[in-house]
Amino acid sequence: MIPLSWWLTLAALLFCISVAGIFINRKNIIILLMAIELMLLSVNMNFVAFSRYLDDMAGQVFVFFILTVAAAEAAIGLAILVLVFRNRRTINVAELDTMRG
Amino acid sequence: MIDTWTDLLPMLPELFLLGMVNLILIAGLFIDERRRGLVHFIATLTLAFAAILTLRDFDIDGRVAVAGGMFIRDGAGDVLKLFVYLTMGIVFVYAKFYLRTHKLFVAEFYTLALFSVLGMCVLISGGNLLTIYLGLELMALSSYALVALDRDSPVAAESAMKYFVLGALASGLLLYGMSILYGVTGSLDLSEIATRLSSGEYPKVVLAFAVVFIVVGIGFKFGAVPFHMWVPDVYQGAPTAITLLLASAPKLAAVGMTFRLLSEGLEPLARDWSQMLGFLALMSLVVGNFAAIAQTNLKRMLAYSTISHVGFVLLGILAGSDDGMAAAMFYAITYALMTTGAFGMIIALSNAGFECERIEDFKGLNQRNPWFAFLMLLILASLAGFPPLVGFFSKLYVLQAAINAGWLWLTVVAVVMAVIGAYYYLRVIKVMYFDEPEHEHALQAPGDVRVVLAANGLLQLLLTFFVGSLTALCVAAWQ
Repeated sequence: MIPLSWWLTLAALLFCISVAGIFINRKNIIILLMAIELMLLSVNMNFVAFSRYLDDMAGQVFVFFILTVAAAEAAIGLAILVLVFRNRRTINVAELDTMRG
Repeated sequence: MIDTWTDLLPMLPELFLLGMVNLILIAGLFIDERRRGLVHFIATLTLAFAAILTLRDFDIDGRVAVAGGMFIRDGAGDVLKLFVYLTMGIVFVYAKFYLRTHKLFVAEFYTLALFSVLGMCVLISGGNLLTIYLGLELMALSSYALVALDRDSPVAAESAMKYFVLGALASGLLLYGMSILYGVTGSLDLSEIATRLSSGEYPKVVLAFAVVFIVVGIGFKFGAVPFHMWVPDVYQGAPTAITLLLASAPKLAAVGMTFRLLSEGLEPLARDWSQMLGFLALMSLVVGNFAAIAQTNLKRMLAYSTISHVGFVLLGILAGSDDGMAAAMFYAITYALMTTGAFGMIIALSNAGFECERIEDFKGLNQRNPWFAFLMLLILASLAGFPPLVGFFSKLYVLQAAINAGWLWLTVVAVVMAVIGAYYYLRVIKVMYFDEPEHEHALQAPGDVRVVLAANGLLQLLLTFFVGSLTALCVAAWQ
């Protein structure tokens, strides 16, 4: 069996990539949405790995709920994205700066 | 486990709320624009009935667990929920006028707002990491959509996007913390987690990791510094009626969530998380108060003032004691009642083509309408914490709890910051009373807004006489 630590390392790596994707990305909102999805999926991997090694089903049930919420979240995110594009004709992150202070 | 349907009775208010939201969702499709007031009426009635159902089995010392500990009904949760219903009822009155004049009066507002109330109630009652997560998301997802309610406003779209991205990031961080907590303790149930943690056999470093992620997630949801970036932009960009909603009731739910996660689930690690909360409280008090001084937009100023008030709420929570939680709850309740008044005033003074949101728009309000100026004076003075208004007592109890827990230095900082904070509230009062009016926009607020606003303002004064019983209620709830 693959050791638990391997799974956790992979999940932590994915999580770091997604956080970096949110903070470093200065170009495109769609990449932000992808990074958010990746973050939720890395958490899912954690839950599934723990659930398998603890021999407890609750973790996998949690994953189903996270997947469902992630879908709803993506729908709302894309809807807001369309709104931003319709109002401002751009989805560049760097241009979302009308409010200051 | 659910044996019979009567086992579900403790969650009757939430089930009723769920049924009514779905009804309003469908009814909203068929009710045409002229009769949309009906939706408002049904939504308000729903809140009233949910409050009655909560009061029906209200038991301040009781604690009932439903569905295998997923949902917990107790005195503290009930008090928080009753005030969530009350603040949302006030919000609906103000919002109706605002949405009408801004051509945003749609049934979706009520559907989304009530869904977010349902999310708050589930969050307040969550006894399991799963219910906490689902309640949080139900509340947050409805709020994202509400911020974007005005589909033709570029600022609203921008602030909705910021709110969405940072909110999603926050729940991602919280979830990561939850997953580690699950891995270490092997359970999702909060009381089970507390039992296993108190046995003391766990990898300390890994667990500290989990606590950091959970505290960061909570900090984001509260809007505490350094996780406050979204607060000013969302408050300023969202339609004022939505800002009003976001600023009031969700703070009560956040207190409930913090209580469940930190003082029920992670109680054995109180030493770790109270240090972190101390840092967040310190930063929020300093940054919130100083940044608010520089603002010219009243909505943005109130956003920074929210951040500093969050610092005070955290001050109560980090004390870790029952008294501290009671003080934090009392603070959140009174703060919700103050902030609805402040945003309600902005709404009451706004018209169809005019948004009364800059501080100079309040110039000479006393000459235009002395009564409104007096109400705003009460609300601002209460926010600043002047005695004998209720805002003073809420600060007093929080500071008392923090001193009792040995956080003397932080208390001193908090008092100094409260004095600095008084400056920007006083500036608005000065503008209202001593400057000449610059514009002649007539006051168009209808009767119901005027009545509720008067009650809301006078409540700051009247609540002073009931401070004793209200704090006794809060203290009894946490025992």
